[in-house]
Amino acid sequence: MARLNMVSALNQALDQEMERDERVVILGEDVGRNGGVFRVTEGLIDKYGEKRVIDTPLAEGAIVGTAVGMAAYGLRPIAEIQFMGFAPQAFHHILIHVARLRFRSRGRYTAPMVIRMPFGGGVKALEHHSESLEAIFCHIPGLKVVVPSTPYTAKGLLISSIRDPDPVVFLEPKKVYRAIKEEVPEEPYTLPLMKARVVEEGDDITVITWGAHVRTALQALEKMGDDVSVEVIDLQTLSPWDEDAVLKSVRKTGRALVVQESPRSFSAGSEIAATISEKALLSLEAPVLRVSGWDITVPLPKSEDYYHVSPDWVMWGIKKVMEW
Amino acid sequence: MIVEKFNPLKGEMFQILSEEGKVVSKEFAPKLKEKDLKSMYYNMILTRVADEKSLKLQRQGRMGTFAPNIGHEATQVGSAFAMDEKDWMFPYFRDLGAFITKGLPLKNYFLYWMGYEEGMRIPENLRIFTVNIPVASHLPHSVGFGMAANIRKEKFAIVSYFGDGATSEGDFHEALNFAGIFKTPNVFICVNNQYAISVPRSRQTASKTLAQKALSYGFEGIQVDGNDILAMYAVTREALSKARKGNGPTLIEAYTYRLSDHTTSDDARRYRSEEEVKYWMERDPIKRFKIFLADRGIWSEELEEEFISKASEEVAKAVEEAEATPPPKPDEVFVYTYSELTPHLEEQLRELREILGGE
Ligand SMILES: Cc1ncc(C[n+]2csc(CCOP(=O)(O)OP(=O)(O)O)c2C)c(N)n1
Repeated sequence: MARLNMVSALNQALDQEMERDERVVILGEDVGRNGGVFRVTEGLIDKYGEKRVIDTPLAEGAIVGTAVGMAAYGLRPIAEIQFMGFAPQAFHHILIHVARLRFRSRGRYTAPMVIRMPFGGGVKALEHHSESLEAIFCHIPGLKVVVPSTPYTAKGLLISSIRDPDPVVFLEPKKVYRAIKEEVPEEPYTLPLMKARVVEEGDDITVITWGAHVRTALQALEKMGDDVSVEVIDLQTLSPWDEDAVLKSVRKTGRALVVQESPRSFSAGSEIAATISEKALLSLEAPVLRVSGWDITVPLPKSEDYYHVSPDWVMWGIKKVMEW
Repeated sequence: MIVEKFNPLKGEMFQILSEEGKVVSKEFAPKLKEKDLKSMYYNMILTRVADEKSLKLQRQGRMGTFAPNIGHEATQVGSAFAMDEKDWMFPYFRDLGAFITKGLPLKNYFLYWMGYEEGMRIPENLRIFTVNIPVASHLPHSVGFGMAANIRKEKFAIVSYFGDGATSEGDFHEALNFAGIFKTPNVFICVNNQYAISVPRSRQTASKTLAQKALSYGFEGIQVDGNDILAMYAVTREALSKARKGNGPTLIEAYTYRLSDHTTSDDARRYRSEEEVKYWMERDPIKRFKIFLADRGIWSEELEEEFISKASEEVAKAVEEAEATPPPKPDEVFVYTYSELTPHLEEQLRELREILGGE
């Protein structure tokens, strides 16, 4: 089995789905000749041609807007937004059409598509190149929001997303893109959407996280040693999320910490904390804590360490919950 | 009027200096004093030197990702030189030459691209709006300034800069449509450097020119040789004066070439040929102006040396000052979120300090 990074794993998923299903087309800025600014679509234009790998004009609104039309007419578009910071330019289509075409037309029309976008920071990027706006998408009924954390899960989750009958916003943690390699099977495989994954088993506290911070949490565990037995859950699909997996774990450990990159207020972490309090209150031995980005604009590189959760922050959070 | 003489629909492009540095349209050649010509040339040199220094700093890890400027000096310096102090500038992200010419201290520029928020605190006396990274999204704001100028009956004009790729965004079309309808004092300068990252201009529009887009919004557009600093100066000056007189907006398409990679994270060899780049390298806008100045006895080897060493000193000083700036403190990323620090942000700041080990 080959050891791949996330970029190559995603590329393989796209390649194999295009091969398998003629309806799959890719569109976006620089996705063709350039292979995408992160090279996720590298080589696909040579293999599948300009009709199926479309270098579009610079217009996110029309990228997603035309994808709605293509999807409704029977294609399976995969739209790339170059950075999540530019998804707002397509937001009207995502909110008012992608997410509710099925509802509005009583199922006559649907918009099965994947909207891929790199997100997250801690990579010393410019303004608008570091945000985690996942909560904004999670708040939209009708969308599935999927966030892989490793090369292996990225491939399986992307293939499932492409085959899913519902529109999927697929968020790729750019900090992970080339940071780790792991064994990824050559043949196509799927991983279930709306299912979390227990990354590390433990008895004392449940850490719930997704995307780049799965790795941050594991790094924290390594630094901490064996004093506390930590269960780490990678949500994988943020919306609709796997409540059962989280509640089951929290009922076992009695403590929960959400680790997320995005601002704290009105976030995915808030939803998770609220659900735990509603449904597992009597199992809790401490309040659910959120270690997160602050409710501010993501700062520029010189200050980014004040914003991005590090392994030390996770350790601080675990200690806080354990000592409560 | 220059704009009346060059019809973008007929593929007519305005030029004062030919590629060989000769004056080809005498009637429109601006009457600039030697002092001004020298000052324009110095700004071009300073821009080039600062840009080259930025590239070095980036490679050494002393500066972050940035969009190099090389090749755009005539477009930017020429147009910005035409602005009055009271005119406003709306920059995009590849505007070093315009920033310098409009008076932004180089220290600000370096600070910003080194990753300090403080770099984007534009000095109070300068009429420059913030840098704009989301392509074309500043264009409606610049038209809003124009509408405000009309409402308040103030006589200033606004120059906004953006690339060829920007003309594909809805914001571009909506902004120009408003500008036409409300007859705002805007001058839109489209820096057509022929690429939006890897995507060639031909993939942004099926129209022959970008300048002609103005016609569908009911105002004038003109294609200009963007490597010709005198043409850029003359056409911008005319458009600014028209705007200030209440005669509405103009779209200027500056036809030029991005000689560098898109940014320091890009590799342009993936999507364009070496021959193409070489062709344009030979058409360096600084070289063209130099020939013109030399023909008039203004340029000399000594002047060149003097300018380069003066520019290098200016740049070195700015870099030194920027690098001597202490790292920001935690509270600096919390302030300016709202007009005042809210209770919930105060609490989060306390938490950050606690995590960092208290200060
Ligand atoms: C709305 C938006 N989408 C995508 C990007 C990513 N991006 C940055 S620059 C760029 C190309 C811009 O091309 P152009 O407008 O021609 O200006 P140039 O960079 O060539 O000067 C792209 C796609 C962005 N900054 N903003």
